[in-house]
Amino acid sequence: MSLADTLAAVTRIPGVRGALVVSGRDGLVVAEALMEGVDGRAVAALTGSVAGRMLGLTGALGAPPPALLHLQAAEGALLAAYAPSGLLVVAVTAPDVNAGEVRLALLQAAEHAA
Amino acid sequence: MRVIEPWVEGPLRAFLNESAARLTLLMTASGQVVAQHGFTRSLDVMAAAALGAGILASTFEIARLMDSPPLDEVAHEGTRLGFYLAGFETPRGRWVGLVVFGPETSLGLVQLFFGRLAADLALAAPAAEPSGQVLAENFEGELNASLRALFGR
Repeated sequence: MSLADTLAAVTRIPGVRGALVVSGRDGLVVAEALMEGVDGRAVAALTGSVAGRMLGLTGALGAPPPALLHLQAAEGALLAAYAPSGLLVVAVTAPDVNAGEVRLALLQAAEHAA
Repeated sequence: MRVIEPWVEGPLRAFLNESAARLTLLMTASGQVVAQHGFTRSLDVMAAAALGAGILASTFEIARLMDSPPLDEVAHEGTRLGFYLAGFETPRGRWVGLVVFGPETSLGLVQLFFGRLAADLALAAPAAEPSGQVLAENFEGELNASLRALFGR
C-alpha cells in the first residue's frame, strides 16, 4: 500500500480535514492530504514535538510507549498514531468526527507506514 | 542576545523562545552580522557569518548553473547538533539566518518558526535609510560600535 493510499483510508472518513505522515524525530512532512487552510508544515512540526515529549514522558514513568495521541480542542481534534519506524500518521479533524473510526484507521495506517 | 538593529530584538526573542535554538546568527547576504544569540567570542561569530553566507552563495550559484530556482534552505542534522541555514528577503535587502539546534527541538520546529521570524522581520523593518558614504575615519569607530553591540564590550 502506498503512502497516498494510507492517507486516503483516513481522509475518506467524514469530518477529517486532513491526514499526514510525519517524521517523528524531525517534525517534517513525509506525505500529506490536507484540505485548504490546514498548514501541513505547522501540524507536522508541532505534532512531532508533542509526540516526542509524550514518548519521553511515558519512558520516564516506566510505562510502555504510547500507540496513539488524541488532543481534543473546542473546534477540532488532532490524532496521531505512532508507527514502529518512528513515523507518525496524523489526522486533523472537525469536533464532531467519529473519533473511534479515526483512531482505528490511524492505527491501521501506522502498521502500513512501518 | 545581541542586536545591531533594535527592531530585530522582538522577533528574534520570539523565535528563540519558540524554537529552543541554541545558537542563532542573522546576517546580510554579504556576511555582515545583524544579530546573534549564543555566541561568546567575536572570532566565532565572524567565522560563522562568513561561512554561512558563503555556503548559501555557493548553493545559489549551483542552482543557477542547473537553471533551477534558488535553493533558499540548507539543513544538516548530525548526531548531537543540527544546522539550519536559510536566506530570506527583508525591506533592508536579503538576509541569511544560521541556526544551531540540539535534540531538545527538531528541524521541523526550527524551520516553522524561522519562517515566522522572517515574516515578522519583514513587518517590523523600518523604511531603508539612504546609505551614507563610508569614510576611512568613521570606519574603525563604526566597527567598534558594532562589536560592542554584538558582544557587549
